[in-house]
Amino acid sequence: MLWPIDLIVLTFVIVTAVAAISVRDLLGTAILFSVYSFMMCLLWAVMGAVDVAFTEASVGAGVSTVFFVAAVFSTSRRTKD
Amino acid sequence: MKLLGFIIVCLTGIFLLYGTSDLPDWGDPNSPASLHLSNHYIEKAVAETEVPNLVTAVLADYRGFDTMFETAVVFTAGLACFLLLRDFKPKQDRYYRHVPTGVVLHFKDKARQLRVGTEFESVDKDWVPSDMVIKTVCRILIPFIQIYALYVVAHGDFSPGGGFQGGVIFGSSFILLAISYNLKTLMKRVSEKFLGIFSAVGVLIYVGIGVIAMIMGGNFLDYSTLAPLVPVDPGHIRALGMLGVEIGVGIAVMAAMAIIYINIVSQGRHDEGL
Repeated sequence: MLWPIDLIVLTFVIVTAVAAISVRDLLGTAILFSVYSFMMCLLWAVMGAVDVAFTEASVGAGVSTVFFVAAVFSTSRRTKD
Repeated sequence: MKLLGFIIVCLTGIFLLYGTSDLPDWGDPNSPASLHLSNHYIEKAVAETEVPNLVTAVLADYRGFDTMFETAVVFTAGLACFLLLRDFKPKQDRYYRHVPTGVVLHFKDKARQLRVGTEFESVDKDWVPSDMVIKTVCRILIPFIQIYALYVVAHGDFSPGGGFQGGVIFGSSFILLAISYNLKTLMKRVSEKFLGIFSAVGVLIYVGIGVIAMIMGGNFLDYSTLAPLVPVDPGHIRALGMLGVEIGVGIAVMAAMAIIYINIVSQGRHDEGL
């Protein structure tokens, strides 16, 4: 395992995870979740679990982001809290 | 209250991190997980199933029963979205655009309708002029995405991939069509009935292969008993059985993804969306 890549990706995972719950714009949260999923995908790929990485890229970063955006589109974009 | 929540989150995080110190190291050969069953899979799977990708061999053959219910979960998710969100009452308001002049007409009562053709086209409420670049790029890209999805399903036992990933990619090609054109274009090509039937047929293919194996005298989902039915080398029959169930998974996931997207984006009315 290449530790510099690992460290950079892990930092991004934590940063996007914290940003996703603290951003008030729900559309931004959806995109941040997408970035988070993609970083997790890179992490799986670095660890050698290519099948899991593929699933994470297609389901986590791809389709679920579209579902989030669709849900934001048909509800509201701002959170109350 | 916010401070209390923050303290609880921090404490939970600390305890979880403390708990991970007990877990075995990454790739430790003496960890319980790699002592008993994993050795059998790694040493014997290629000889027994003739599938080079061990992950697919474990998922679709040794743990086929698990994967069957995962497929059923995806099917149930699509069904739940349909049952919760579907709204059969069409909207009263309708918008038509006069193509030569670009004037948009707004009809408020249900009785009056215009014939959609070369002169008028029906448009969404938040209609934006369609961009030629986006439309053309998506129209060229969608067939390649679908071919790639079929490749991922068919090649799942040689390289990373399989029914779930291929089905999701195929379903997202439908979503791309709905986003780049509009939802009506998608609904004209793949009807609701088609998607509903296909999401059930996918699960049925999976269960059907298992039941056929039972009829042939083996255990449920024991693909080796299917050998007399298919005219191939009997050693290769388990790989072929896996391909069969992966196709079932792919069909079910593809239809379920499209159903979930269509119902969420149009609030169950299937008329206009993103």
